[in-house]
Amino acid sequence: MTTGEPGQPRTDRSPWNWLLVVPIVLPLLTFLFNADEPRLLGFPLFYWLQMAFIVVGVVTTTIVYRMTK
Amino acid sequence: MSGHTTELVVFIVLFLIVSGMGFVASRWRRPDDLASLNEWGLGGRSFGSWITWFLIGGDLYTAYTFVAVPALVFSSGALGFYALPYTVVVYPLVFLVLARMWSVSHVHGFVTPADFVRARFGSPTLALVIAITGLVATMPYIALQLVGIEAVLKAMGITGHLPIIIAFAILAAYTYQSGLRAPALIAFVKDALIYIVILAAVIYIPSRLGGWDSIFDAAKAKFDASPAQNDGYILNANNQLQYITLAFGSALALFLYPHSLTGVLASKNRNVIKRNMSALPAYSLVLGLIALLGFMAIAAGTKPVTANGKADTNTIVPVLFDQMFPDWFTGVAYAAVGIGALVPAAIMSIAAANLFTRNIYREYLNKNATDAQEANVSKLVSLVVKVGAVLCILLLDPQFSIDLQLIGGVIILQTLPSVALGLYTRWFHKGGLIAGWAAGLGAGMWMLYLIPNPANGKAHFGGSAFPLANLGFDTKMTVYAGFLALAVNLVVAVLGTVIFKAVKVADGEDATARDDYFVDEGDPKVKDLDLTGSH
Repeated sequence: MTTGEPGQPRTDRSPWNWLLVVPIVLPLLTFLFNADEPRLLGFPLFYWLQMAFIVVGVVTTTIVYRMTK
Repeated sequence: MSGHTTELVVFIVLFLIVSGMGFVASRWRRPDDLASLNEWGLGGRSFGSWITWFLIGGDLYTAYTFVAVPALVFSSGALGFYALPYTVVVYPLVFLVLARMWSVSHVHGFVTPADFVRARFGSPTLALVIAITGLVATMPYIALQLVGIEAVLKAMGITGHLPIIIAFAILAAYTYQSGLRAPALIAFVKDALIYIVILAAVIYIPSRLGGWDSIFDAAKAKFDASPAQNDGYILNANNQLQYITLAFGSALALFLYPHSLTGVLASKNRNVIKRNMSALPAYSLVLGLIALLGFMAIAAGTKPVTANGKADTNTIVPVLFDQMFPDWFTGVAYAAVGIGALVPAAIMSIAAANLFTRNIYREYLNKNATDAQEANVSKLVSLVVKVGAVLCILLLDPQFSIDLQLIGGVIILQTLPSVALGLYTRWFHKGGLIAGWAAGLGAGMWMLYLIPNPANGKAHFGGSAFPLANLGFDTKMTVYAGFLALAVNLVVAVLGTVIFKAVKVADGEDATARDDYFVDEGDPKVKDLDLTGSH
């Protein structure tokens, strides 16, 4: 994305960047995870779902990194 | 001290090995000499993905985090878990911002956020304000690393300040000699130790406590029985907004700290930064598990160390380790926390020293400073900063450092419009930014002043949860004070800019060009330039 041909102004704009909004907003929606049940391996929802959001964060930033490299 | 001999020996041996590495680091990836800020303060700006990952991780996840986050979970429950969403949100949030910062800094030779502000808004005053804000916010953060080491020492039954002084003297000596190369090299060991300890902790401790189910049930039982309003093993109606704004506000603040930028600027190209933004969340997983040590301590019936009749909850994790692990492994765990304090303390003192050198010494005291003079001043200031941090711990109640760090988080947020938004837009007027900074700072201090802490009987600066009832709302909800202060800052900065532009007050000149924000390694523009172009 930032390689840019001669004469073309460089930029870091890309529609892929919008994907970054997902991991920014998702972990802040407390109503999604503020509960005990269902438990997973003994972890209440509050704890395991928020840990699962780490994976969402890694996957989305990796996609954006690869698509805009 | 008896009963802790094995732990102490393991701790001291590991600590000394790491200190040795700190001194050797000056010869690692060795340049011709270390007599410039690029080399001493930024490791030659040549670090690749791996080193950067360890360096930034070592920088953001500090000994204090390992000690304080589980302590907060231990005493408040779910609210303390904010540290997890905070570190999930932060990386996508700064993914593009930091790449821009890298580019513009490499075109113009910036070392600090204030350098950037100086050139972008053509205002030495605004730059000075940003530099001082960074210095004030960083100092107590360094002192907190000492609180982290102290918690471990206390758990080993060691009181008195001499061990802390020795540890920091060693740290000061190798940082002086090796600069950023020292924490970069040590960060490998620190992380290896921490990963080993945490893996062992989350597998072994639950097995001894009857599994995760019973750990969470014990936490639930404790908080159900507690009369306090803001605790609970999941959030309640009153503290959800606090949880969201604290996580988001902390994420916004994280990369405004001068020391986080040090790690970013030391990387060799934009891709190293972007790749790291997707790889750094591996630490978040560790942080989440560390936070849960607080619940394990509840289930295990751990009691914090009590001194002078006051329980120090910061000792909860060290005491839990002591209770659960064999002595030699407890020693390893303590060393992980102790070394975990050294890496960030070194980077923070380097960042603070760079701020002083670039934005005060060079700007106001010696305009024609040579590279060697700059490096020398930074080395000396890094020593002064560490002595200051030790004095904070020796002369003041450590609780005071914790309060100052809380304030530090609120005030560093006030640099967001100039530093982070400045990377995207030159719309703001320098006068508007200064007015916004002042208003945000005032509002933040006022809110923190109004927050009491019933737990330790303090009337002011007792936390960051600002009750909305103070603003006349009929609710028990609280919100992160820093978040509200930033909102005030932004509103004033926008209004100020509109007014200053309307009455045509002269604005500074922008020394950066649009293309500067996108250049990458190998580009002819990427070289050290002089800031004097911005006059």
